[in-house]
Amino acid sequence: MAYFPIPTGSLLALGAILFCIGLYGALTKRNLIIVLVSVELMLNAANINLVVFSRLGLNPGLNGQVFALFTITVAAAEIAVGLALLLAVFRLRKTSDVNDLNENKN
Amino acid sequence: MLAYLNGGMVVFYLLSVCILACAVLLINLRKVIYMALALGGIFLGCAAVYFLVGAEFVGVAQLLVYAGAITILIMFAIMLTNHEAMEPALRWTWRQVAAAAAAVLLCAVLLWTIRSTVWPPSPADVDLNQGNSNPVAVGIMLFRDYAVPFELVSLLLIVGLVGAVILARERKEEDE
Repeated sequence: MAYFPIPTGSLLALGAILFCIGLYGALTKRNLIIVLVSVELMLNAANINLVVFSRLGLNPGLNGQVFALFTITVAAAEIAVGLALLLAVFRLRKTSDVNDLNENKN
Repeated sequence: MLAYLNGGMVVFYLLSVCILACAVLLINLRKVIYMALALGGIFLGCAAVYFLVGAEFVGVAQLLVYAGAITILIMFAIMLTNHEAMEPALRWTWRQVAAAAAAVLLCAVLLWTIRSTVWPPSPADVDLNQGNSNPVAVGIMLFRDYAVPFELVSLLLIVGLVGAVILARERKEEDE
């Protein structure tokens, strides 16, 4: 197995920047699908961190990689339920814009 | 410094630039369907990063689940709802400014923490996979140490998918 020693800090920095871009998208985007996509981006950044950390520590092992697999599974279930909810809302309201779905506004 | 730069690191930095460029595109593009394409680019890049750090099985799972299934599912959702949807052009309302400030602040704090921490050099001589190939080692770990969570997560998946079908199906007249 080819392993290239990439500095841990660089990998973690990639994860951090991806997370913040996802956070910005989730806070500002208007389309419900894009908000979901941004949440997926944040989950993906966390996955990168898990895989990186599995190599560190007192007894390096595969725990982090197994955690990342579980996260991928949960993310798949989340996006399936989220998109189903989105379709139901769209059928009811004919919109996927978060501002139009805000019941408290007026 | 140049001797320190091996081939893997060059590939990693190129991949990072690709991933972050796709992420910035995702934020800046205005047509929703193009955003889904940029998302596919991000997922592909992350799978390549997993391969690079030696997590082959996670990389393949990422390719199958994220780059394959989730991207296509999102495109289906966009096509089933209003696929002509456009994000409005960027206007600096107080809400946008607050979100951008929060994101930049969090990013700065995280990067400063990462930079100021001394990370132990990852031991190159330790074989994480204990002599097996990576998928075999992950499989042994999944079915030996994580058997119960594995079964629970399969239960979660089946509940989630059945729930998704029930939520998304067309309501019949007699249901109402």
